[in-house]
This record gives sequence, C-alpha cells and structure tokens, in this order.
Amino acid sequence: MRPLDALAKVCGDVRPGESAEGVLGVEPSLVAAPGSVAEAAEVMRVAAELDLAVVPRGAETRLDWGTPPRRCDLLVDTHRLDALVEHASGDLVAKAQAGLPMDRLAEALADRGQRLALDVPLPGSTVGGTVATGAAGPLRTLFGTPRDLVIGLTVVRADGQIARSGGKVVKNVAGYDLGRLFCGSYGTLGLIVEVTFRLHPVPAARAWVTCSVGDPGEAHEAVQSVLHSPVAPSALEYLSPGTVAVLLEGVPEGVAARAGQLTTLLGDTAQVTDTAPDGWGVYPDGTTLIDVTAPPTALPHLLAATAQPEVAVSWNASGHGHVGLPSGMAPAEVAAVLGSLRDTLAAHKGRAVVQYAPEDVRGEVDFWGPVPALALMRRVKDQFDPDHRLSPGRFVGGI
Amino acid sequence: MEAELQALASRLGALLGSDQVITDPVRLRTYDCDGLTNHRATPGVVVLPDSAEQVAAIVRACADAGVPYVARGSGTGLSGGALPRADGVLIVTSRMRRILEIDVANQRAVVEPGVINLDVTRAARPHGYYFAPDPSSQQICSVGGNVAENSGGAHCLKYGFTAHHVLACEVVTPDGELVELSAGDPGYDLLGVFVGAEGTLGVTTKITVRLTRVPETVQTLLAAFASIEAGGTAVSAIIGAGVVPAAIEMMDALSIEAAEAAVRCGYPPGAGAVLIVELDGPEAEVAAQFAEVERLCRDAGAFEIRIAADDAERALIWTGRKSAFAAVGRISPAYLVQDGVIPRTALPQVLARIDALSAESGVRVANVFHAGDGNLHPLVLFDDAEPGAAERAEDVSGAILDLCIEHGGSITGEHGVGVDKARYMPRMFSEADLDTMQMVRCGFDPAGLCNPGKVFPTPRLCGEVPGVRKGPHPFAGKADIF
Repeated sequence: MRPLDALAKVCGDVRPGESAEGVLGVEPSLVAAPGSVAEAAEVMRVAAELDLAVVPRGAETRLDWGTPPRRCDLLVDTHRLDALVEHASGDLVAKAQAGLPMDRLAEALADRGQRLALDVPLPGSTVGGTVATGAAGPLRTLFGTPRDLVIGLTVVRADGQIARSGGKVVKNVAGYDLGRLFCGSYGTLGLIVEVTFRLHPVPAARAWVTCSVGDPGEAHEAVQSVLHSPVAPSALEYLSPGTVAVLLEGVPEGVAARAGQLTTLLGDTAQVTDTAPDGWGVYPDGTTLIDVTAPPTALPHLLAATAQPEVAVSWNASGHGHVGLPSGMAPAEVAAVLGSLRDTLAAHKGRAVVQYAPEDVRGEVDFWGPVPALALMRRVKDQFDPDHRLSPGRFVGGI
Repeated sequence: MEAELQALASRLGALLGSDQVITDPVRLRTYDCDGLTNHRATPGVVVLPDSAEQVAAIVRACADAGVPYVARGSGTGLSGGALPRADGVLIVTSRMRRILEIDVANQRAVVEPGVINLDVTRAARPHGYYFAPDPSSQQICSVGGNVAENSGGAHCLKYGFTAHHVLACEVVTPDGELVELSAGDPGYDLLGVFVGAEGTLGVTTKITVRLTRVPETVQTLLAAFASIEAGGTAVSAIIGAGVVPAAIEMMDALSIEAAEAAVRCGYPPGAGAVLIVELDGPEAEVAAQFAEVERLCRDAGAFEIRIAADDAERALIWTGRKSAFAAVGRISPAYLVQDGVIPRTALPQVLARIDALSAESGVRVANVFHAGDGNLHPLVLFDDAEPGAAERAEDVSGAILDLCIEHGGSITGEHGVGVDKARYMPRMFSEADLDTMQMVRCGFDPAGLCNPGKVFPTPRLCGEVPGVRKGPHPFAGKADIF
C-alpha cells in the first residue's frame, strides 16, 4: 500500500506535501492533520511502520527555526487538534490541544478572569509550538517559561503509543516530569498533543515604568536597583537602544504605590505608562535571531559585545535575552559576532544559540555552540526515537 | 558480607580515606531507613565522600562491580527514596556541606548537596534574600535531597517547588561522568527531569539555586470555622477573587486537638477547622489583598479571626500547623502520614468521603492540608499494639489515594513515590506512561544501578527498543509517486 493510502486509512486529512511547505527547504512528501489524539497516535504508528521521518507543524511561526531536518517524509499538522479540552477555573488549570492558537486560549481564559502567564512573541503561534520551542517573553521574570507552567503533558511517541505525565494538579511529584523534558525539545522526542497548564488570575491593574540608560554601565545599575528592590516586578527588561522597562501587576493601589517607588529609584528619565513600551514582548528586529543566556551581571558585557549600530538586543532579568542581527550583515560577520558573543558570555556561564538565520548564514555558523551534556542527550533521544525519525537534524548535535 | 561487596569496600577504602568508608555492622544500622521508618534495610557499605571527584570515583567503582548504590542527604524523606540496599553502597553527602557562593548580584547561590536547606536562607538573609522552597523539615533536610524529591513546602503555592529554584546541577551520571545540567544551556532540559527523579538518574554534587528577594511585608491570619466545609468555602472564595497567597493551610478538629495537646497553640476553642492564610509582597499590595481575605473569611462564616501583629505572633499561629504531624503522636500510639493531591475544588467531596471511610472502618483520620493547592496530608491513626490495626490503617490510607486518583489528582504532592508508593503508580499511570518515563531512566542508567527499586513498580529492560522494526524505506525510488 502506498504511504498516502496507509495514512488515509487512519486519518481523515492526508494529502501530498507541497513545495511551499518545505521545512527550511526540505519538502515533505505527505501532510497529515489528525483530528483527535487517537488519530494522531494512529498516524504516528503508521509512520513508524513505514519508516517515515516526521516533523510536527503548528502555525509555522517557528518552523524555520533551528537547523533543517535531514529527512521530512511526513508533516504532522496540528491545526485540527485545536480544542480547549478543559478550563477548570476554580482550580486555575487548563488543558489544551497542541494546535490551539495561544491567542484563542488567552481569550477563553480571560472570559473567566484568568491567563496563562506566558507572552506570545510571535502572534498566531500554537500551544504545541510554544511548548516545543520553550518560548516565553517578558513575564518569564516572575512566571518562568513553559517548563514552569506545564503541569501535564500528553505525547504520542515515535512508535505511536500515547504517553502522559504529570496531571491536572499543580502540586504533583508522581513519576518523572516529562513535561519539562519536552519543553524546548523541537519535536525530536515525540508529538506533543495535549498540554495542561497552571493558570494565574488576570491582574486588576498593570503599569510599565521605563527609564533611559546611556551606556551599559547605566543599564546595569538600573537593572540591579530594580532587582534588589522590594517592588516584585512581573517583568524587568532591557530593550535596545537604551531603555530599561519594568512591568508591575497587582491591585490598583498597589501598582500605583510601586510605580511611585520605582520612579524614585530610576531617576529623572523614569516614566509611568499604562501601555507597553516599543519592542516589549517581541523579538528584536533582524533576520538572524540569537537567543542568549546572560545572568544579570553579564548584561553590561552583552551590551558592550553588541554595540554595533543595527544590532538589536532585548534582555530579561531572568537571565535570558535575544540579539537580532540585520539582514545586510554578511555571513562571515554574523559568525564573527556570534563568536565574540560566545566568548564574552562564556565568562559569565552564558550561552548564545542561533534560533533563526537566513539561508546564506545557516551554513556559516554553528547554531548551538557548546552543549555540555550532549552525550547524555543523545542517549535519551535514542531511547525515545531509536530510528531517528522525529525531526532528525533539527536539534543540538544533529539530534 | 558477600565477597563481591567486600572487594568493592576495600577498593572504596583505597579510593577514599579510611574514615570515609563504613563497614562496621553497628554503624551501618544508623543508616537503615530514612524518614519512612517502616521500610528498613542495612546498607552493605556506607561511604562519606567530601568532593564531586570522590562521588564520581565511587559511582565508577560501583558501575565496574555491578553493585547498586543509593544517595542520601539528611535522610528526612518520607517515601523511602533513600532506603539503602543491603547488597549495595549508600553514598551519604553529610561531608559535602559547603556553601560555595552567595552571588547576590545574580540572585543565586552555589551549594554542595549536603547543605541544609535553612542554611542557604541563613547565608542569604543578611543580603535580603532567601531560598524559597521550605519543606517542614527545612531545619535538617539537605538541598541535594530537595533536588531529588523536588521538595515543596507551605509556601510553594506562590513560589513553586525546588524545580523552579534550581538553575543548574553538577551531576555524577551513572557511568561516572561529571556533567553540568543547566537550565540555560542548549539542548534538552535534562535538569528539569533530573530534579524530582528521586535520585534515580544520578547523584548531584553541586547545585546552583535561585535566591528570592525577602518580601517587603508578610501578613498572616488565622481564621476559625465551625466546619471544614465553611473553611473550604473561604479557600475557594480567596482563590476565586484572584488572590495568590503565599500559603493557605487548613487543619481539622482532630488535628487541632492533637496540636493543642502537644504545643498548646491556643487555637480558638470549638473550631471545626482553622485556616492559616499568609500573604507576602510589596506593602501596598498586601494591605489591599489582606483586607479582602479577611472579609472573605468572615463571609464564609469565620467566627474568629486573629491577625499576627508581629513575627512572634506569626510564629505562634504557625506553631500548631508545623507541629501537627508530630503532635498526632500525643493522641495516637502510631499513625501514617499520607500525601495525596486533589483539584482544590474537589476538597469538600473528598473530605466527606474521607469522613465516611473513617466512619466505616473505625480508623480515625486527622486532616492537615495545604488547602491552596489541594495537597492533603491525612494522618491515619492506629494503635500498633492492636492486632490488625496497622493493616486497617494501611487500607484506609490506600483508599484515600484512590479517592485522589478518582478526582483527577495525584498519589503524591511532595513526599515522592520512593518505595512507599511505587505500587500505586499503575493506578495513576498507564503501562505506556510508565514505560515512557523509564526511557529517560534507560538513557541515564541503562544498567539500573542508581537507586534501583524506587519510583517504578517494575523496571524496564533497557535493551528493549520500542517501535516496529522497519523494512525497506517506502519512498525508496518512489518519490515520483506524488
């Protein structure tokens, strides 16, 4: 039986791939869009039987991130898996299918005064894609990233088995936390089909306090003063060029009082606004996007190492940031900037990982840089995907 | 001692100092259990390494000899996670108690695994910081043990568990390699799965933890209700109002009686339930929310509310709660501590069912719980001198776990699975779920020597490769079909 027919027997939406659907240029032979978890499991089982290399696809906001797959026989598209399975508002918990867009999830939760405390830097992205790439924004200062908010996960394994970990309660230490393992695993361990999140109440009031900083030293001072103050910000960011921005959330009287404290702390240029400053919650401009790990004391060094005009930087007090390099930058220059970034950050236990790069740059740079526990990662990968059929080549060390 | 273990003991003696290897049977018995005392095994050998290199050497020696090993911090765990093996080596981290760095500017500390939880806070406090995970045993439990168990505590409702406060672990893997697992590094979040793996994926030798800014203010109240139901209504109202308290704890009449007998905490007489609510954070936030919490408690029928005016009064309010487990010893010769979780909204139904279970079986159950996150700690009381009483208590305790599972909860919120609950895992997870978790274990520890027999009821054979074996590639030479 042809693979198309074999898949069509188990899934209501299967068709040949189109050239425009290539994953970083690697064209899929087939696209299957399962409409239920059971159907997704069948698709994965058939893919295993036929030795098809599988790449999951959500809303394609980050499908061009990472390195190209070595093979892509089958794209598993999650757009039909878009249900909000459960919103237990009294328990501050929601379970969503992988293909549900984050903005639709947010709308549904907001109806009952709740939210998933994750920013969505790329509009349209899905629950599954957000978890698979570990994506987060400014709120990570207080709430962390998907790994900190996922409390239950259902995946379909490479062999088509459905596996679940965690559950629908926040406090739970029964068994290994596969949720954290799958966050940021780029589709290389299994197909994420359902995710249960812990939620937070939508705050009654919010305000941003911003100030201008003239050089890396001033940025460092401003960040340190907020960090060690008792104002408990929801987010603390540096945004190039030269802004330190703080998000305060809480009850109206509390937010007003804390904004007052911060204005005193941050000096003459401090401003309080009820809308986000430019560049808030989005990736910095540029066509090469680099994710950096940089603890607070590394910030001035990060800024010094990226002082070229047209290089954009955003950085979060959780110790993570992004650097955007302009489209005109020659591949060799990108490689040089990346190299110097890595050298600078290494002294502070920081890292720089390329998330997206245009085609001409892709071949010139090492996307991941040093990966300390790579051997162990390969062994875990070999257990989950012994035939290396799941997004092969998309991840660290060619995993 | 078997010849194999004896040979390993002398090899370990050569690798470490002679005072770091214990083989004397009398001294070995000191280590025969952790906080769960009904499971005991005298370890074959105990080693007391004082460096990561020594831990790595020990693990390599065990791997070479094919001998199992278990890591142990302070031995305060409540699920037998550090239960030793009679045929194995117990690696005790009590000589690895250095706080290596307090890095205020980056809000982190680097500690060895044997460091006591509260000592991290003591070291950070002068700088205005603390280590947020606060298990009840925090005065004696180790950070290494917290990592293994992903420990929580009363305040994890707002601040999260150990997993949220660990930035990196240096780990000796089961093949004896020393690797750093860091949340900031590229690749899989192996740190995320290592924390909470109950010591089955390796031994941590150095931990980088996040330090949390001491809140500007803390406000604590104690509210007394006629019944558990009324207290539960208050909890739902507080959470429903969008308040995220630092902690919400509840005790029922029986546990109040026990606490009263033990520490004279002076809780309001006649209370069917008391609720402790603590808010912390910026002053203006806390002031507004605290007033609301007080109002919601009164609306739910609180007949007395006490507000702590200072730290001493706060400590007094907490005394009863913190002593509850031990206090139960005053009203019962023996007891089991259960640790189940339910969705918070199921609290009234589940407590009614626990009452019914207790009435049917004649086994008394005192309820203490982290009400904010649905984590129940029923204390199942029995008289160990009475024949069959222990078994009846076990049955009730197990039935409570079944109730938790039935309501979509968990068999453990913070004590871990260990040896105690491995048999309950199949009630909560399918065979495929457990098999998948064990793939991680096979990746880390294919020989199954690192803390074997914990967490999973049956080990997975790591040689087994899942999936269907393949024939020729279906697209080979056929790419033009489409």
